[in-house]
Amino acid sequence: MRKHGNLNRSRGYDIFYGINLIFLTLLALLCVAPLLNLLSLSLSAGHYAAAGKVTFWPIEPTTASYEIVFANKVFWNSLGVSVERVILGTSLTLVVNILTSYPLSMDSSYFHARRYYLWYFFFTTLFSGGLIPTFLVVKFTGLYDTIWALVLPGCANVWNCILMLNFFRQLPKELSEAAVIDGAGHFSILFRIIVPISKPVLATVTLFTMVGHWNDWFGGMVYMSTLSHYPLQTYLQSILHIDLTQIALSSVDFRIQEKIQLASSTTIRSAMVFVTALPIMMVYPFLQKYFTKGIVLGSVKG
Amino acid sequence: MLIPAVVIVFIYHYLPMFGVVIAFENYDWSKGLNGFWTSQFVGWANFNRVFGDPEFSQALLNTLRISVLKIVTMFFVPIIVAILLNEIRNMFAKRTIQTLIYLPHFLSWVVLAGIITNLFGPDGVINGFRSSLNLEPFNYLTDNGSFLAILIGSNIWKEFGFSTIVYLAAITGIDPGLYEAAMVDGANRLQQTWHVTLPGMLPIIVLQGVLSLGGILNAGFDQIYNLYSVPVYGVADVIDTLVFRKGFQGGDYSLGAAMGLFNAVCGMALIVTSYMLAKKVAHYEIF
Repeated sequence: MRKHGNLNRSRGYDIFYGINLIFLTLLALLCVAPLLNLLSLSLSAGHYAAAGKVTFWPIEPTTASYEIVFANKVFWNSLGVSVERVILGTSLTLVVNILTSYPLSMDSSYFHARRYYLWYFFFTTLFSGGLIPTFLVVKFTGLYDTIWALVLPGCANVWNCILMLNFFRQLPKELSEAAVIDGAGHFSILFRIIVPISKPVLATVTLFTMVGHWNDWFGGMVYMSTLSHYPLQTYLQSILHIDLTQIALSSVDFRIQEKIQLASSTTIRSAMVFVTALPIMMVYPFLQKYFTKGIVLGSVKG
Repeated sequence: MLIPAVVIVFIYHYLPMFGVVIAFENYDWSKGLNGFWTSQFVGWANFNRVFGDPEFSQALLNTLRISVLKIVTMFFVPIIVAILLNEIRNMFAKRTIQTLIYLPHFLSWVVLAGIITNLFGPDGVINGFRSSLNLEPFNYLTDNGSFLAILIGSNIWKEFGFSTIVYLAAITGIDPGLYEAAMVDGANRLQQTWHVTLPGMLPIIVLQGVLSLGGILNAGFDQIYNLYSVPVYGVADVIDTLVFRKGFQGGDYSLGAAMGLFNAVCGMALIVTSYMLAKKVAHYEIF
């Protein structure tokens, strides 16, 4: 007979527990090791990086690669486009989705056409015209090569809408009913009552839309024809496979040209990739919190 | 309130759906959107070109191969990691491991492609090891076999952590009373996992499995486009990359639209089937 307090703790289990903890720790380190390698490369001297000698610690540390990246005007320009896009795209998505989710969160007995509107939006997730017809519509509606091509077509996102309307539906009905008695219209109910108490879902949608806009590179590649209109990810994509020492050579600043001695294409690319990934790693702690919340919210059905 | 979304969705989602008619036309670019209705009608001619093209059948085969490999690996890895992670009682360790394994999900494939090139490219770290072992340098990104392995492996790296939380949430939802009952019956940890944890996860496992079938024609454009090159087109070129290269970059819009339409119709059939299955076996409803 085993002792009661020790029912699920055997010696074999303790050994398993130790091995399991070590295994998972190694697995987690394996996930971030490539990022550590990236950072080390970006801070290493060019010729070591080019020979594949840098692993998890910079060799002959130098900030030359970062100086070359920061001296590049196109980099700053594309960073500006990305920031503009994130701000514009996120605000637009939020406004459109809030406006859409509110009527769709109402009961079908009150809003009879609800089902048809839901299907109207939902159908776009099942079938799409595909890359080329979409491109042609964007092009011929005058959005081509403007920032609107990156923010307008995707702003009415169905999944965000479903997340929001499910959240709105589980809010206590008494709140809006009381407001109706006080003579409030739908707009004031939505923006004075519903929106202020829906911060969790709004934060989730905001963070995910921001990350989506920051990370998107394909839109910039397809819809932008001028280099100065490229968002950062698209710019990074366009130089991923070329010799980046050219960027330093094209600089008019003599001191930057000299930095080339210390850098190589690999270290410059690494610096650029790291800078592009950095904002995500900085908002990541918030993301993680709201992500788990988002899953819980998504599973709440009204 | 619905007007902005209805209008935007109409213009940027429904108009392109009508725009697929150019797949049956010899689309005249100079006519702009009017070209949708006024270009010369050519029937199935573009589809004959698509299906007669050996590159297309190769791309279709590659799409299915890559997707199936990704779906199968991404089915098992998160389930196993979630079960192992659930055993960790030290909350700090558990949370730190979780944080680290989701991180790659939030980075773009452009960033990850830069990192992967640093690791596996001709001047990469792996080749640094090879040269210190006096082995010849080897470009893993231009060899068919290793390229496929990199696609599957990097997809696991980016996405397994994300799927793991879904399963962890499912495990957390299991009634603790079931474990107590199992312990009273003398079940050890492994038997508890087999008889309580796994059956408790089953609905979510089935749901995830069924829903992943809907994405079988989506082999991962972002990942492949940022990593592939001419030497590996034979295994890596998928329908989406072919549409982009031939239809978009090549300017053959009608051909690209025809490939896209084929993809969209099959994709819709798969997604609808997967939703119906999900509703039937897991009582899943989207809204």
